[in-house]
Amino acid sequence: MKHLQEFRDPALARKLLDGIAATVTRDWVIMEICGGQTHAIMRHGLDQLLPPEITLVHGPGCPVCVTPLETIDRALAIAARPEVIFTSFGDMLRVPGSRDDLFRVRSRGGDVRMVYSPLEALKLARENPDREVVFLAVGFETTAPGNAMAVKQAAAEGLTNFSEIVSHVLVPPAMEAILGSPDNRVQGFLAAGHVCTIMGWEEYVPIAERYAVPIVPTGFEPVDILSGILSTVRMLEAGEHGVRNDYTRVVHLGGNPAARAVVDEIFTVCDRKWRGIGTIPRSGLRLADAYAACDAERKFDVGDIRTEEPSVCIAGEILQGLKKPHECPAFGRECTPMTPLGATMVSSEGACAAYHRYARRDLL
Amino acid sequence: MSCPMPLLDHDTVQLAHGAGGRLSADLIDRLILPRFRSPELARLEDQAVLELPPGRVAFSTDTFVVDPIFFPGGDIGDLAINGTVNDVAMSGARVEALSVGFVLEEGFPLADFHRVLCSMEAAARAAGVRVVTGDTKVVGRGGCDRIFINTSGVGVIPDGVALSAAGLRPGDAVLVSGTLADHGMAVMTARANLGFQSTVRSDTAALNGLVADLLRACPGLRALRDPTRGGLATTLNEFARASRVGITLDEGAVPVRPDVRGACEILGIDPLYVANEGKLVAVVPADGADAALAALRAHPVGAAAAIVGEVVAGHPGTVAVRTALGAERIVEMPVGEQLPRIC
Repeated sequence: MKHLQEFRDPALARKLLDGIAATVTRDWVIMEICGGQTHAIMRHGLDQLLPPEITLVHGPGCPVCVTPLETIDRALAIAARPEVIFTSFGDMLRVPGSRDDLFRVRSRGGDVRMVYSPLEALKLARENPDREVVFLAVGFETTAPGNAMAVKQAAAEGLTNFSEIVSHVLVPPAMEAILGSPDNRVQGFLAAGHVCTIMGWEEYVPIAERYAVPIVPTGFEPVDILSGILSTVRMLEAGEHGVRNDYTRVVHLGGNPAARAVVDEIFTVCDRKWRGIGTIPRSGLRLADAYAACDAERKFDVGDIRTEEPSVCIAGEILQGLKKPHECPAFGRECTPMTPLGATMVSSEGACAAYHRYARRDLL
Repeated sequence: MSCPMPLLDHDTVQLAHGAGGRLSADLIDRLILPRFRSPELARLEDQAVLELPPGRVAFSTDTFVVDPIFFPGGDIGDLAINGTVNDVAMSGARVEALSVGFVLEEGFPLADFHRVLCSMEAAARAAGVRVVTGDTKVVGRGGCDRIFINTSGVGVIPDGVALSAAGLRPGDAVLVSGTLADHGMAVMTARANLGFQSTVRSDTAALNGLVADLLRACPGLRALRDPTRGGLATTLNEFARASRVGITLDEGAVPVRPDVRGACEILGIDPLYVANEGKLVAVVPADGADAALAALRAHPVGAAAAIVGEVVAGHPGTVAVRTALGAERIVEMPVGEQLPRIC
């Protein structure tokens, strides 16, 4: 807990809040990109403590939320096959597909197992040579290196019974899609600390220049988030733009070169559909052609899946910062964590789940 | 404690161990009976005949299916004893006797069964409770997961004790008897192959002695519960709904061990929702709070007890928490299992 408690220090947080209040002179809309930041904001009640001029909106940075429905439905179809041991992070087990989720597939006899790392899935493949082990590889740049390393390791060992459903997404193209939208209202960003740990912050510089916005890589503790907001507000008030790294204890300009190298070797940038948002050019990662043998979607031929999204769900607008969860007519009524209509309500990093779990009573 | 494994004809559970013949008798006589030496059990009748002191009888049953069966700080055996002792004790009852039912999977190592039985013996002795009747069934391979244990318990509630989740009043104090989330995180980190060295240990313990001390120190005690599955958040939500009052928790006052908090942070899990197996939540009138706290802290299993919140008239049916930064948020009932986050 050392190096954590000091970033939750109430006195330091109060000082930062006072700094924000003393700096702000007009209304600003700031987006926290990462669902982990949204949860920290709600869990610690930071939104209640900020001056009313600051509006925080939630970004698309929840890997579970933006995974396209087609990918979920394909995963469900593969998981139901008798020869398959299907592995996934815990978050994914409850995500609703068109008609099912992985828990229900498991209850009907599918061999669905929760793992904490793709390397655990690889171990299962080694131990079960007569079964097909499939790992659902979702997430942003944060989880991509581990998922890439599992594929690299499987290829090196000649394991032919390990494959991944790769549905990685990239943050910078999503930020550009938000900033380039005619509906955009975001004026500054708290960039996702975990993503920047891998990728560094250099790729944000051209975005900050092109759209004249401040971008501040920020951690996940209250002091980190408040410090990121203060930096963003200072830049906004001064009419400045650019990148200011506020997460210097783990984020460096060039990120983690070894992690980036394995991602570049195993994956290739591709166009990607984001759930609730639509297709964003060059915003995803797929397996490079040399590793096509590890592509579960090819191996199991699940290309012709048809999907059905609930029409009432406004998750897409929430993920783009256009609306807040409690502005959805279904929030807390038809749509609850028990009966989620969209991934933003089911995922532990989803904005709707954060509002439902931690919200003030006046939002319910 | 010495708990030598007797020499048996088999290393693993056979279907014949449940068939009622010689192997069944062997299992009972040589493995089980020496661990629970109560006169009622030794009679091997189809029932135990008990002489209970006068009063209202509290009766509870629970079935234990934990995976893994051995985890840091305990195993399925002491969990099965302590869990039911605690369920009966939370009524304020003096726990008198337990029953134990085993479902064993064909092929389960008898050495592991013996280890579980030794834990149960030690837990029952520590709780001062007799196992007076029992049952053993064997199912074929795949019919259960190694070993399931059911325990039932009876106790007698002393006159004048009337604890109820519906009895909370605004102004009451909410106490916990120690650090939260130890058991759930011990099991989760043992289960998960997480690759980090965890020092987290289960808190499994019998609380009947603690309850007796607490009742003596604070006769006005309103409600007791052991916050097992669903953790403190679930227990307080149940109290708030049953009593139609609000509860406000002080986040900074909730005791959580640093290593447990660290494991929770890594997995993205809130300690308020994690299971405990050796802790209780007590609600007491405000003027009894200090005496209750002192009584809890004076007992070995209550040394880290704390006052963590208060019952309020506002927001009936809802639990809120004051964060360390001075904001307030709701503590909802959990939905399903706690699942670790992706990143």
